[in-house]
Amino acid sequence: MKTTAKGKKAAADEIGRETRLELYRLQVELRYCEKRAHDLFLQNLVKGTSHLSLGQEAIAAAFGVAMRPDDWTFCTYRGHAHTLARGASMTGVLGELMGRSCGLLAGKGGSMHLTDVGRGVMGSYAIIGAHLPVAAGAALSAQYRGTEQVSVCFFGDGTTNIGAFHEALNFAKVWKLPVIFVCENNLYMEYTPIDQVTAVEHPAADRASAYSMESILVDGNDADEVYLTALKYIGRARKGGGPALIEAKTYRHSGHSRADPAKYRPEGELEKWLERDPLTLYRKRLLKLGVTEGTLTDIESQTMRKVEQATAEAKASPPPALDLIEKDVWADGGAAWRN
Amino acid sequence: MAELTYREAVAAGIAQEMERDERVLFFGEDVAAAGGVFKATVGLLEKFGPRRVRDCPISEQAIVGAAMGAAMTGLRPIAEIMFSDFLAVCWDMVANEIAKARYMTNGQLQLPLVIRTANGAGSRFGAQHSQAVENWAMAVPGLKVVAPATPADVKGLIAAAVRDPDPVIVFEQKSLYATKGEVPDGEHVDELGKAKVLRQGKDCTIVALALMVHRALAAAEVLEKEHGISCTVVDVRSLVPLDTRTILSEVAKTGRLVTVEENPRLCGWGAEIASIVADECFWDLDGPVVRITTPHVPLPSADQLEDNTIPSVARIVREILEKID
Repeated sequence: MKTTAKGKKAAADEIGRETRLELYRLQVELRYCEKRAHDLFLQNLVKGTSHLSLGQEAIAAAFGVAMRPDDWTFCTYRGHAHTLARGASMTGVLGELMGRSCGLLAGKGGSMHLTDVGRGVMGSYAIIGAHLPVAAGAALSAQYRGTEQVSVCFFGDGTTNIGAFHEALNFAKVWKLPVIFVCENNLYMEYTPIDQVTAVEHPAADRASAYSMESILVDGNDADEVYLTALKYIGRARKGGGPALIEAKTYRHSGHSRADPAKYRPEGELEKWLERDPLTLYRKRLLKLGVTEGTLTDIESQTMRKVEQATAEAKASPPPALDLIEKDVWADGGAAWRN
Repeated sequence: MAELTYREAVAAGIAQEMERDERVLFFGEDVAAAGGVFKATVGLLEKFGPRRVRDCPISEQAIVGAAMGAAMTGLRPIAEIMFSDFLAVCWDMVANEIAKARYMTNGQLQLPLVIRTANGAGSRFGAQHSQAVENWAMAVPGLKVVAPATPADVKGLIAAAVRDPDPVIVFEQKSLYATKGEVPDGEHVDELGKAKVLRQGKDCTIVALALMVHRALAAAEVLEKEHGISCTVVDVRSLVPLDTRTILSEVAKTGRLVTVEENPRLCGWGAEIASIVADECFWDLDGPVVRITTPHVPLPSADQLEDNTIPSVARIVREILEKID
């Protein structure tokens, strides 16, 4: 069975105005904050690397709205959006990118490891595929303790070709674990088109049958469609129905990381996808559904103020104290390996 | 005191902790219905049922990764990696994910988990099922590492590992599974980071780990009886945390240090101890530090080859006679 975009559109009316406005607000927040991260990078205030998810916001936003507060998110290094989507502090996110003491990890993790356990963000993992088994393990814990929590694990198309992906899917299915694997297929694994290096057309959806799972393919630029899909499979997992693998097709507006100008993209491809920008699509839909222009511009200006405030707070935050270097290797807070 | 084999003591240690704490789960390949390929986990499935004792697919990354996910969300999993050589298959999980998670997240993630694995030579399994790799784990910040030599220690250190709030790798010695020893009755919990002085001597301090402890003790007997050389033998037991206090104090008393290591030569655990001794009790030394190790080779399989690769009692005696006298 393949879930398609068309089947979902009609059902989208069940979402309701308030939820839709929250879906829009969150997409705007993820977009504005990510753009700000890029600007700060150009100003040399964000160090190291950063992997932007401009263009992919609908997926993180839709799951963020669909999840229960005590559900768990597992992200990749392209995880700013997924972290914010659970309600993590924007100052904490930008501060972490800037290596400031106000950062979510006080500057110890950086852009690729955003974590906010209090918000259910159980880590951003920078080794491809690593977090799929970890998400399955958290799901095992939920199942064992009977808490009805669900793990949601986001990853890119490139992850579908590494062993941990396959190990985790099999594991999750065999033990019927409450974990949702979400493949954001943005067409490129780093610099290489995914179809050049993958044996199947849909890198996740076409692999699902190997693990006795449904093949689920959704339009990752349509927040409503992703939201309804998320609700359906998270709800199923919560009730003991086991894991799901969802492939959400989308597009990365920028390069793989800040070092990548994405010159490998064929001419016109970006422009074609910009026409399907998830924010533009959603804005149009809301207007069509009767939401006023004023309501939307209010959301946009409020969000921009939030970004400005977070930026100012992060800039004002001092660098981390040097005593952090030898802190928190161990649970006793220290780093001692001998007596 | 009851006499148990090392393998029975493994199961006893796991059972003790599972009885005490509902959060303890145990899983790995062939560990449940089959009771482990080394029969070290026999009876656990029957005792605790399939919710808590689980057979896994051959998926080392999933096994160790699931332990990580379970640990960060409130459980205290014990994962088995059948042979320690297989840690290489899931080394990303061990060295990149588990070891670094707490530090990277500024202490947000806590990982109270145990990885048990069968380590070392003596079974003629060849290079991919026989290597002593405790020094791999020791080199990674964020992992605690123990390698018990006796049934009492394996039970007590497994219990201590389960109760520890940090990730601990327990290297069990394959060639010791059949050995017997007294294990205290009732609850037995040891302490990570404590070496044991097993024998006190005047001339030389031998520091050893796991199987090599037994060979060092046997060598010390020979040296005493046949050559009049009296040796202290220290069982390191815990590489991280490392009980340097005991080691330094025992080396200071005899003025000589010999390490006996099953791991290959380069960056073996003894090199770190030699370095610490050189730094901190150099003026107590009466001669150079001696490291007796497996040569820097992958392990061969045939009886004679394997026996002549890892340090034997005869070799320990010979090297000490040559270098200490």
